Amino acid sequence: MSFIDLSKNEVQCKVVYYGPGRGGKTTNLLYVHQAMTEAVRGKMVTIDTKGDRTLFFDFLPLALGKIQNLSIKIQLYTVPGQVMYNATRKLVLKGVDGVVFVADSLKVQKEKNVESLDNLRQNLAEDNIDIGEIPLVLQYNKRDLGGSNIPILSVEEMEEDLNNRLQVPWFTGSALKGDGVFETLREISKRTVKQVSRKLLSR
Amino acid sequence: MDLVLSKEAINNIVGVLDEDLLRAGADCALLVDRSGNLIVTRGDPANLDVVALAALSAANFGATSEIAKLIGEDDFALLFHKGKNENIHFTKVGKGFILITLFGKDVSLGLIRLKTAKVTDQLIPILTGEQ
Repeated sequence: MSFIDLSKNEVQCKVVYYGPGRGGKTTNLLYVHQAMTEAVRGKMVTIDTKGDRTLFFDFLPLALGKIQNLSIKIQLYTVPGQVMYNATRKLVLKGVDGVVFVADSLKVQKEKNVESLDNLRQNLAEDNIDIGEIPLVLQYNKRDLGGSNIPILSVEEMEEDLNNRLQVPWFTGSALKGDGVFETLREISKRTVKQVSRKLLSR
Repeated sequence: MDLVLSKEAINNIVGVLDEDLLRAGADCALLVDRSGNLIVTRGDPANLDVVALAALSAANFGATSEIAKLIGEDDFALLFHKGKNENIHFTKVGKGFILITLFGKDVSLGLIRLKTAKVTDQLIPILTGEQ
């Protein structure tokens, strides 16, 4: 649920980074946090991580400047990717305005990507949101492993698995190095703000 | 469902929080929605990261709602955390909002509970556009 404050001319939207465990959702946020100046970003909050897994969520607020007269504030959240934490994922998805699905390019994660996207579809549907309606961007992460001896999925294969029906914008990425991180963020912000303003205008 | 609040509605919320909570001795009063958006902050939140507080409070409330369900309740109407010097009180406002009150050890919990109950009744019509 976005919030529009007409006394400050400010829009707040919620964008959630979703995807299988250890796929790079937190790494995306960490990169954004490191690369942006303090004027633009707030404090990043990470709750109770067990090893390198997210247990509850990460949170990073950003101020993305103005569109016409409205200041745009976007709050980025990640969810825990592991299958068993579905209750937590549903909690974090509450009131979501846009989703980035971070898919793992590792060949061994092929099934996990599909399962996680299905899980997103179901959890959104429980909140009466159609995955085809909400702003959604895919990121095929860990492309930097392409040159190594670890087998990775081709972009075509990932498109076939994940984006065949959805047909949403996608980016290749390497969140660790920052490749594709801002392209993804820019696209989801653009789409989310557009959708929120469209709903606002139709009121 | 998006929430759009006019200048007038925001002013009304500010008035209610100032009049009932800050005058009763609360250090700070915040209204947030359950998806973590910060709607209004009143009081002196110096050195307090109110944006993070809003997100964490919404998550905290969500997590305790799940605990409520485990014991056969729909939700808990309020939560209270006691610190050495500062205390925090969360009250459910309608279905979609949370009122957060920070107060020191000199203010009684009973007074805050009384005031937040009154404030909640006043906020609901403003937030649902019935006023």
